[in-house]
Amino acid sequence: MENRISDETIEYVGVLAKLELSDEEREQAKRDMGRMLDYIDQMNALDTEGIEPMSHAFPVENVLREDMVTNGDMRDALLANAPEEKDGMFVVPRTFE
Amino acid sequence: MGKEKQYESVIGLEVHVELATKTKIFCGCSTAFGGVPNTHTCPVCTGMPGSLPVLNRKVLEYAVSVGLATNCEITRYCKFDRKNYFYPDNPQNYQISQLYLPICRNGWVEIEMPEGTKRIGIHEIHMEEDAGKLIHDEWEDCTLVDYNRSGVPLIEIVSEPDMRSAEEVIAYLEKLRLMIRYLGASDCKLQEGSMRVDVNLSVREPGAEPGVRTEMKNLNSFKAITRAIAGERDRQIDLLTSGAVVVQETRRWDDAKGCSYAMRSKEDARDYRYFPDPDLVPIRISEAWLEERKAALPEMRTEKIQRYREEYQIPDYDIEILTDSRQMAMLFEETTALCNQPKKVSNWLMGEGMRLLKERGRDPEDMLISPAHLAKLIVMREAGEINGSSAKEIFEVMFDTDTDPADCARERGLLIVNDTGGLTEVLRKVIAENPKSVEDYLGGKEKALGFLVGQTMKAMKGKADPAQVNQMLREMLV
Amino acid sequence: MKPVEMTAMELGREIREKRMTAMDAMQAVFDVMDRREESLNCYITVDREGAFQRAEEVQRKIDAGILTGPLAGVPVAVKDNLCTEGMLTTCASKILQQFVPHYSAQAVHRLTQAGAVIIGKTNMDEFAMGSTTETSAFGPTKNPWNERHVPGGSSGGSAAAVAAGECFMALGSDTGGSIRQPASYCGVVGMKPTYGTVSRYGLIAYGSSLDQIGPLCRDVTDCAALLECIASHDKQDSTSIARMDMDFTKALQKDVKGMRIGIPRDYFTEGLSADVGNSVLKAADVLKSQGAVVEEFDLSLVEYAIPAYYTIAAAEASSNLERFDGIKYGFRAGEREGLHKMYKKTRSEGFGEEVKRRIMLGCFVLSSGYYDAYYLKALRVKALIKQAFDRAFETYDIILSPAAPTTAPRLGESLADPISMYLSDIYTVSVNLAGLPGITVPCGMDAEGLPIGMQLIGNCFAEKKLFRAAFAYEQAGGQGPFGVCGEGK
Repeated sequence: MENRISDETIEYVGVLAKLELSDEEREQAKRDMGRMLDYIDQMNALDTEGIEPMSHAFPVENVLREDMVTNGDMRDALLANAPEEKDGMFVVPRTFE
Repeated sequence: MGKEKQYESVIGLEVHVELATKTKIFCGCSTAFGGVPNTHTCPVCTGMPGSLPVLNRKVLEYAVSVGLATNCEITRYCKFDRKNYFYPDNPQNYQISQLYLPICRNGWVEIEMPEGTKRIGIHEIHMEEDAGKLIHDEWEDCTLVDYNRSGVPLIEIVSEPDMRSAEEVIAYLEKLRLMIRYLGASDCKLQEGSMRVDVNLSVREPGAEPGVRTEMKNLNSFKAITRAIAGERDRQIDLLTSGAVVVQETRRWDDAKGCSYAMRSKEDARDYRYFPDPDLVPIRISEAWLEERKAALPEMRTEKIQRYREEYQIPDYDIEILTDSRQMAMLFEETTALCNQPKKVSNWLMGEGMRLLKERGRDPEDMLISPAHLAKLIVMREAGEINGSSAKEIFEVMFDTDTDPADCARERGLLIVNDTGGLTEVLRKVIAENPKSVEDYLGGKEKALGFLVGQTMKAMKGKADPAQVNQMLREMLV
Repeated sequence: MKPVEMTAMELGREIREKRMTAMDAMQAVFDVMDRREESLNCYITVDREGAFQRAEEVQRKIDAGILTGPLAGVPVAVKDNLCTEGMLTTCASKILQQFVPHYSAQAVHRLTQAGAVIIGKTNMDEFAMGSTTETSAFGPTKNPWNERHVPGGSSGGSAAAVAAGECFMALGSDTGGSIRQPASYCGVVGMKPTYGTVSRYGLIAYGSSLDQIGPLCRDVTDCAALLECIASHDKQDSTSIARMDMDFTKALQKDVKGMRIGIPRDYFTEGLSADVGNSVLKAADVLKSQGAVVEEFDLSLVEYAIPAYYTIAAAEASSNLERFDGIKYGFRAGEREGLHKMYKKTRSEGFGEEVKRRIMLGCFVLSSGYYDAYYLKALRVKALIKQAFDRAFETYDIILSPAAPTTAPRLGESLADPISMYLSDIYTVSVNLAGLPGITVPCGMDAEGLPIGMQLIGNCFAEKKLFRAAFAYEQAGGQGPFGVCGEGK
């Protein structure tokens, strides 16, 4: 395997992805990601010098909406799926120190 | 003290401005302030699965107009990027912003300092969405989330680190605020958060490389900004002179305590993984559209000053003050159009107006008086219906509540005369004697009506209600 | 003919001409479901009571002359990553196990407007990440032709339901082959339209720049009719395109005379099973006999498509799936341990292995220091792949290829080795990268009696050419539609 994923890297990716891995999962994730990266690294064999990165396959541009209020109050429908709700708001663990 | 003098502050600002659109940046929800929590929300601005953003045209127009006013290059092919980070005020856990191709770049504004004009560079201006509001619930020790503000459009104006003192910072902010208010793009109120300033500051010995900088947040007034700059400068100098180092960090200013503290970020990797948002398409700005935007720019302050000099017989000093606020200038212009007495209008605004603003601690932008009422007051005074001190009393009432001065005078028993007789006769005469103006007005020139109003007021020796004259003229000239 | 053996268009006609009712049609579906669903597991949510209620409503509107279209009264299935108002929408994930949206995807909305009756929500790979429907949190779907085999994925539930007669037509979504590959494995017709043809509003995103919704059907005619129904220019989706040529059923003509068809030589390499290769070449002969000009050519860059695809899809997915955080909807865990613990526990327990694998890969390729080397590199490769197709379409009207290198693998075989699973998408992913339309049409059976599909690829907006070729092939008696598996024919 070309790509060896370190404990630090997998830890860091876990912070970014907000995923918590058990020791066993971490080892598996290191192996999986290493293999995936080895596979993806095949792209390096292709010379892409001077090629513009393409995010959309064909050019749709300037899609704009007018500045007009079109939405009414749909609070209750939006809160209906919330795991926890209070006073018409979503409840989360405290964010203030 | 001696050591301190060796240090120079290097300051750059990140200014967030909430745009004055009716709807949010990517959905048709209202941006109205102060609604019941989560009543101005939809699947898009609450990050519901499957929802998609569509850009509000007005946001692009405002951003470009601010860019043009600050001498920026407008990016002809620009895109939105996602800034990824987890926080509950951000329903998608990414903020749609611009990193790689912001809408405006490489601009500048000039500030007037005692030592002369100084140019402050604008690094870039980008469009982005605001976050929701987090409310701490003491009772249950949890946080409540309100997404009414989520998706409200912002522009972030990033300056170059060109400022060296708090005075320059304030001058720059005042300049920006004035421009943006003139453009009608935002009301720019620091206290209410429609203008938010983050200060990036480092210190260095003159000529040396800039030191490590910190970012200061939570600055809700120009006074707080001034104090925070002094505080942070002293803190960094103390660190450096005691042999310690400045750590690159974000700090929160506590204006009550007059000090700042580092914002903790143990779970924050600060790696935002920006990439172009695939749900939004690029914006390509054509030459024609840009010319249209340029043509649509409202009259800015310098042009206004020039025009006032040509059009109104009022002192330069008055012009400077009046045009220092868009609201004030508009009030002056519109009142003058009604009563055709620029000097009188200016005197009221410069005298009683400024006095009361100062006394009440209010911003000229919040001036309540309507042009019609001010014009009426001036006419009443000119007509001798009220005396000078009554007029001031009425002005003060109008200043607070925009009451009709005639009602106010009647209620308070301040009327001296109440003679409006013969107005119709006079109007007929004025119409008969000014066929050219009548023709101009009927041909669509609104200004001609002002002239006829003026002539009527003159013939009436001011003893008429200009608004009434205006109304009657309109009815007669159908 | 038993109702269940009809195509959707045949059924629609029966209903319009009052020989059947929408309720009869729904009953036919449930008769099959009672026999097979327990074992096949095509659906995550079946709303039997609601389905009959909706059928009755639709029947009333048909009787009143309000609904007159070809889909009125036809029972359809919807992939569970498409939001359905008032109906559970899970993406086959524990993290959305209780999510009931109050809005419908635009494609679903158009379908119900046309009078199609939704039966329920079909099984899929979790968040459409997988090629076998085995990564579903609700257990795998089985291939109706042989229940020891997978139906393909990620729209495996939709493909299997169409093949088994548990619906008459279905919606799927295709990010890297997720309609065309299961259509191939299940012997049905499936199309991924040109990017932007069907609104993505209400499709729970996997890879936003690649995702398209599309039809899975019994035959080419149904496929064109269903696409015609769901295609639209939607102002809610910035990437939606205004097209003037969406009357796809007009293209159903048995006429390929002079049509230039290219077969990429570099698709016929090791890894392609002999049965599949031979069936596709036989299909080419059928088209040739109808007057098409068939040639081999070198498409090039084939080996780079999957690496570029996985980089881009994983990157977009890592961001798209950030909103699943236990705050606004769905599963939540660990809320007593503080905000960041809640995020981590919710997501670690709520997402399955394959989803986590791709989220982590996506975070990595976008992270500071790797963005250029991986993400931008992949976007450059994508640009070159698009150029390769552009060149091909200078010479050819359409490209003919296998839809997948093999027939459906056995259950469990692919999960053990993710990369070999990814390879099953080798002929389909580049079509998504280039935003092109592609259709899978059944073209044979392998020795074990499992269906083989061929893929026809067109240039952007060339759906009509694809429908014409596919229809001509079907009419010329190529393989022809398999009909409903297990119902004889």
